[in-house]
Amino acid sequence: MSTVEEPVSARPPTAGEYAANGAFRWSCYGFGALVVVLLAYIVLEIFRLGWPAMQERGLAFVVGTVWDPNRNEFGILPEIWGTLYSSLLGILIGSVLGVAVAIFLAEGFVAAGVFWVLSRFGLQYTRLWSHFPEQVETFVKTLIQLLAAIPSVVYGLWGIFVVIPAIRPMCNWIHEGLSGIPFFSTALSGPGILPAAIVLAIMVLPIITSISYEALVAVPPKIREASFGLGATRWETILGVLLPTAAPGIFGAILLAFGRALGETMALAMLVGNSNTLSLSLFSPANTIAALLANNFGEAGDREVSLLMYAALVLLIITLVVNILGSLVLQKLVVKEGKR
Amino acid sequence: MSDIHNPDAHISAGHPKSSPDQIRAGHPKSGPANGDVIIDCNLHELYYGQFKAVRDTHIPIRKNKITAFIGPSGCGKSTVLRCLNRMNDLVRGFRFDGHVHFQGRNIYDRSIDPVAVRRHIGMVFQQPNPFNMSIYNNVAFGLRLNGYKGSIAERVEQALRRAALWDEVKDKLKQNGLSLSGGQQQRLCIARAVATEPKVLLMDEPCSALDPIATRRIEELMTELKQRFTIAIVTHNLQQAQRVADETGFLYVDTTQGGRTGYLVEYGSSQQIFQDPREEPTKQYIRGEFS
Repeated sequence: MSTVEEPVSARPPTAGEYAANGAFRWSCYGFGALVVVLLAYIVLEIFRLGWPAMQERGLAFVVGTVWDPNRNEFGILPEIWGTLYSSLLGILIGSVLGVAVAIFLAEGFVAAGVFWVLSRFGLQYTRLWSHFPEQVETFVKTLIQLLAAIPSVVYGLWGIFVVIPAIRPMCNWIHEGLSGIPFFSTALSGPGILPAAIVLAIMVLPIITSISYEALVAVPPKIREASFGLGATRWETILGVLLPTAAPGIFGAILLAFGRALGETMALAMLVGNSNTLSLSLFSPANTIAALLANNFGEAGDREVSLLMYAALVLLIITLVVNILGSLVLQKLVVKEGKR
Repeated sequence: MSDIHNPDAHISAGHPKSSPDQIRAGHPKSGPANGDVIIDCNLHELYYGQFKAVRDTHIPIRKNKITAFIGPSGCGKSTVLRCLNRMNDLVRGFRFDGHVHFQGRNIYDRSIDPVAVRRHIGMVFQQPNPFNMSIYNNVAFGLRLNGYKGSIAERVEQALRRAALWDEVKDKLKQNGLSLSGGQQQRLCIARAVATEPKVLLMDEPCSALDPIATRRIEELMTELKQRFTIAIVTHNLQQAQRVADETGFLYVDTTQGGRTGYLVEYGSSQQIFQDPREEPTKQYIRGEFS
C-alpha cells in the first residue's frame, strides 16, 4: 500500500484570528460589566436622591399611614401593604390558574380532545387533518404567550370597564352577607384590591404557564410510565409524581411572576383605587408603591422627588428580599433533589 | 376512564372482527391453552395510528412461569408486552383487534378500567425509573394508591427483601431513590412493583441498562419471584431468555406488506425453542445470524 501525502491543511490560528478572538472576549466582558454597572448606578442614584428624605423622615416614612402634602405628613405603610396584598393575591390566583393551564397543555389534553373529535368523523389519520391536534395545541400555547404582549394600560382599561362591573354585584352580595369577616368588610364601589389582583393574575399567567409548562414537559416520560404502570390514575400521576418532580421549576415561575406583580404599575394605578387606606378588605380601594410613584411624580417638587425616591428604594428592597428568599427556597428544593 | 385513555382501544377490542376460532386456526404453532394460563394474549392486528405494528400473535402466559419474548429490534416485543396491562392505551392512536384475557376476563372489555388492570399486572421498565422521592416512599407509593390499610412499613420491608435490596438500603430508607446505583434502582423498581402483590409482573428488557453483575442479580431474583408471581419478560439477550425463561415466544418482522409488522413466529418451551426450533427464522435467529 502506498501512502499518498495529502497536502497539510492544518495550521495554527493567525495573528488576526487571535486578535478577533480577543476582541470578542473583551467585548463580552465589557457588556457583562455594563449590566452590573448600570444596575449599581440606578440603585446609587435612587439612594442619592432619596437620601434627604431618609435623613429627614427616617423610618417614620415607612410606618406612617398618612400621605398629606398640606400637613407635611408622609407615610407609605398603606402603599407597602397594598403592594404586598395585591401581589400576593394576584400571584395566588395566577399560580393556581397558571399551573392548571400548564398541566392542561403539558399533558396534551388539548390534542387528545381534538383527536377525539376528529376520530368521531373518521378524519384523524387523513393527510389534511392528522397534524391538526398538535396544531391546535401549539395555537393555544401561543395564545397564552400572547397575553404577555398586551400593554398593561389595556389591561387597566379592561379591568375598569369589564372586570369591575362584572364582579361588583357578586362582591357586594358577599359583603352584605358576610360583612363580619374582615376580608369582606367593605363594599366594592369601583376600583379595589380584588379587581386589581384579578387583572394581575391574568397578567402573570403567561410567565407562570410557560415556565411551569417547560418544567412539566422536562419530567422524563419514564417517570410518568412508572406511575401509570403502578396503576395510578391520571390525576394521581399528575399530583403525586409530575408536580413534585417539576416543583422547583414551577416555584421559579411563581417567583418570577411575583417580581413582575410587585413592580406592575399602570394597570394597578388604574384599578387599585389610589386611596391611602390600610384595610384587610378585598373590596376596599388601596394603593401600591408603584402606583404612588406614577401618580405623584408629575407635580413633584424637589422635596417630593426625594420622598418618591425613598419610596422607590423601599419597593426595590421589597423586590430584592422576595427574590433572595425565593432563591434560597429554590436552592433548597434543587439541593434536595440533587442529593442523589 | 374513556376520557383519559384513548377511546379507540375500547371500540375495536370490544368487538373483535375475527372470531377466536379463526385466529386459533391460523396459529397451529401456538401452545395449547391449558387451565393454568393466567393471561391469554391474542392479538390479531395492532395499530399505532395507521401503522400496523403487530399481527397474528397469540401467546398464552402460564401461572408461576417466566415467559420470554425474544426477537430482533422493532419486532413488536415491547408492544405486545405493553398490551398485557394496557400501557398502550396511553399512546394516542393505539387500537387492535383481538383480546387479552386475564384470569378469563377480557381486560379490554368496556367495563374494565385500565387503571385497575395495571394494579393487578405490574410492570418493570427498561430504564430504572424510581420516583424523585425517598426509597421508602418509592416502595410505599403503590400501597398508598391502593389505600392499603395495614402496616405500610412492613410491606415496604417485605417488598425490598423480595427484591434482594433490603440489606443494602435498610439504613438509608429516607434517602432519595435516585441516589442508588443503576442495578439497585432497578431492584427498587422491582420492589415497588411487587409491593402491591400484583398477580403478574411484566418486565420490558429490565437488564438492558445494567452491567453483567447487576443483570445476574436480577435474573436470580426473577427465578425467586416466580414462586409468587407470573413473569413475562422482553429481552434482547438470548442467553438471558435461555437462563430464566420457562417458555419463549419468538417474534419477527414482516416487511412484505410494506412497513414493518411484527408477528409471532414460534412459541413453545424454552428448551424446544432454543434446541429444536421448528421455523427457519427462529433457527437463524438462535444461531445468531441476525439480530
